[in-house]
Amino acid sequence: MIYAQFEPFILPFRPFVVEVCAEAAAHSTKGYRTMLQVIGLKKAYGDLIAVDGVSFDVAKGETIGLLGPNGAGKTTTVSMIAGLIAPDSGQVLIDGAAVSGDTNPVKRRIGLVPQDLALYDELPALANLELFAALYGIGGAQAAHAIHEALVLVGLQDRAKDRVSTFSGGMKRRLNLAAALLHDPDVLLLDEPTVGVDPQSRNAIFDNLETLKARGKTLVYTTHYMEEAERLCDRIVIVDHGHVIANDTLAGLYRRLPASNRLLIDLENAQVDLAGVRELPGVAGAEMQGNRLSVLLADLSSGATKVLAYLASGGHRFESLSTAAPSLETVFLTMTGRSLRDL
Amino acid sequence: MITFLALVRKDLRIFFQDRRAVIMSFVAPILIGSFFGYVFGGDGSKYSDAGKAKVLVVDQDGGAAGAAVVRGMEAEKALEVRRVTLDEAQELVRKGKASVAVRIPAGFGKQAMVPGGPRPKLTFYVDPSRTLEAKMVQGMLVGQYLRATGRGGQMPFDTEEIPLTAKRGVIYNAYAHSFGGMAIQFILFLGIDVGIGMLLDRQRGLWKRFAASPLSKWTLLGSRMVSATLIVMLILGVVFSFARIVFGVRMEGSLIGFAGICAAFGMMTASYGLLIASIGKTPQGARGLSILATLLMVMLSGAWIPSFLFPKWLQDVTKAVPARWAMDGMDAMSWRGLPWTEALLPMLVLVGFACAFSLIAAARFRWEAE
Repeated sequence: MIYAQFEPFILPFRPFVVEVCAEAAAHSTKGYRTMLQVIGLKKAYGDLIAVDGVSFDVAKGETIGLLGPNGAGKTTTVSMIAGLIAPDSGQVLIDGAAVSGDTNPVKRRIGLVPQDLALYDELPALANLELFAALYGIGGAQAAHAIHEALVLVGLQDRAKDRVSTFSGGMKRRLNLAAALLHDPDVLLLDEPTVGVDPQSRNAIFDNLETLKARGKTLVYTTHYMEEAERLCDRIVIVDHGHVIANDTLAGLYRRLPASNRLLIDLENAQVDLAGVRELPGVAGAEMQGNRLSVLLADLSSGATKVLAYLASGGHRFESLSTAAPSLETVFLTMTGRSLRDL
Repeated sequence: MITFLALVRKDLRIFFQDRRAVIMSFVAPILIGSFFGYVFGGDGSKYSDAGKAKVLVVDQDGGAAGAAVVRGMEAEKALEVRRVTLDEAQELVRKGKASVAVRIPAGFGKQAMVPGGPRPKLTFYVDPSRTLEAKMVQGMLVGQYLRATGRGGQMPFDTEEIPLTAKRGVIYNAYAHSFGGMAIQFILFLGIDVGIGMLLDRQRGLWKRFAASPLSKWTLLGSRMVSATLIVMLILGVVFSFARIVFGVRMEGSLIGFAGICAAFGMMTASYGLLIASIGKTPQGARGLSILATLLMVMLSGAWIPSFLFPKWLQDVTKAVPARWAMDGMDAMSWRGLPWTEALLPMLVLVGFACAFSLIAAARFRWEAE
């Protein structure tokens, strides 16, 4: 639906994607300590190329959002970063050390929050966390301390002895997060950690992630929820068809949009010369939806004046005027030609 | 080592929290083993009621010879004799209430006592589904007839039955075999659960946590092997302790040999589970096929029916079935009373199967988890 609405505006802008990627790559190497480097990752399953040369860097303490529709290659990319699957080619470096092999100690620096609720339902939360701590060789008092810290962070310290099967979906999600923190990883990979939770639990998880971010953890966050990425992420990496098609800060992405603002005008009648509006300087596109004229503008100040003057000169009367700020949804739509949530 | 022990502890906790698994593993073999042990002769000290063949006698002769035959039959420990009318006898056999009825016709005694005269005729009414019992009764009746009538002179021989096991004075205890057989059956089902459990871990995403940590697949597989072996040994310990206390089953051979068989069988069972996990793609898909394979294995092991009843070619085939070696080893160490050295070959074979299954499982194992 959304794509159909914006299709006329999108097609002319596709070439700029390449430019965005190039600038973002340059940005990623400037002036900060790189904690995670993803270099030319490729993975194919038979004839299906899931990931095709994905590269990006993440600085220490930085949070990046990995965005893309289903099947874009996000989870495969995260799986390769976490060492769950071996790439066909390419490399993942954590603070300069390559992640490869089952028992590589570098894996201790990575924490994975899988999309699945990877927990033993039949065991108490405490037993789950004791096991997951032991996977990293943490036992005894050290494990007890780490478990307590993690449970306090996610607010489940009072439910430690309860079986996971008695937890709500949101509590399980928070425990899923706690399980990835026990070995105090430098890099936290979060694969859609808020799927299927109520708004209250989602906010709780977000508070947890912001706390971790404040502690200097490097977060890689995949999500379908634009508002989550907008709230949490310093930078957005958009993946589509196994490729990185954008890698920039939110502001940078918005700036790059040829038409980042929308002017919405409710008219008395719909008899508008759309071709004339589209030919105005600074107008990237225009369409009618009932009596509402929607105009995409590169610059709101100068563009809006020209559009309003043009309409006034044609004798059109306005019933209301409004503007819409750019959103990540618009960016994504522009980049991929698809809506994230409709997929 | 922290990781290894934590994984073993986790498996044990999950097993003991699963009430169904515990009941199936501990209670079911005891219940069914008790039943089969009772049916197949009990503890050997006496014939159990269940082992007796029910025989109906219609004595239309009424003379001394007929009465002597009936008394002789009543004295047989393997028979439960009841005197009835002809109509009752036919009705009861027809309804399956008795396997055989014998009619001693009028004039039987007189005919029997006339040397060289026409031979008297006994009529048997037989349940066609229980011809084996009928044949046994016929054989016994011949002996009683000869004794009662003196026809053909005295019996040419007396018979004596001595049970032979490796130790003098050891009486066969059917519970020893039935408890071993049922324990093997339910432990193999436990092996299926080991494999299915691993597939469920993968399906639930827990594999991702394992693969994301610095954990080798050998640690994971090894911990599952150790936990399953411990559970198997515990089950066998509990089941045979029950058999010892309630039914007097003794390790007439070697307790150490028996423990060795249990450990080797435990390893084989665990590796069987790993094999299921490595071959199966989904828990649901793996379950059906592995249940069929397990039932075939149990059937061929002699756990249900002693393997000596199998045709010769089938007995040879069953040597390729690991559970058969476990059954033979347990029998050898329990009621047969053989020394520990007789446990070595079954142990070696079981460990060999365990190694083969483990290697195949490790080679086929999909360690990667997306």
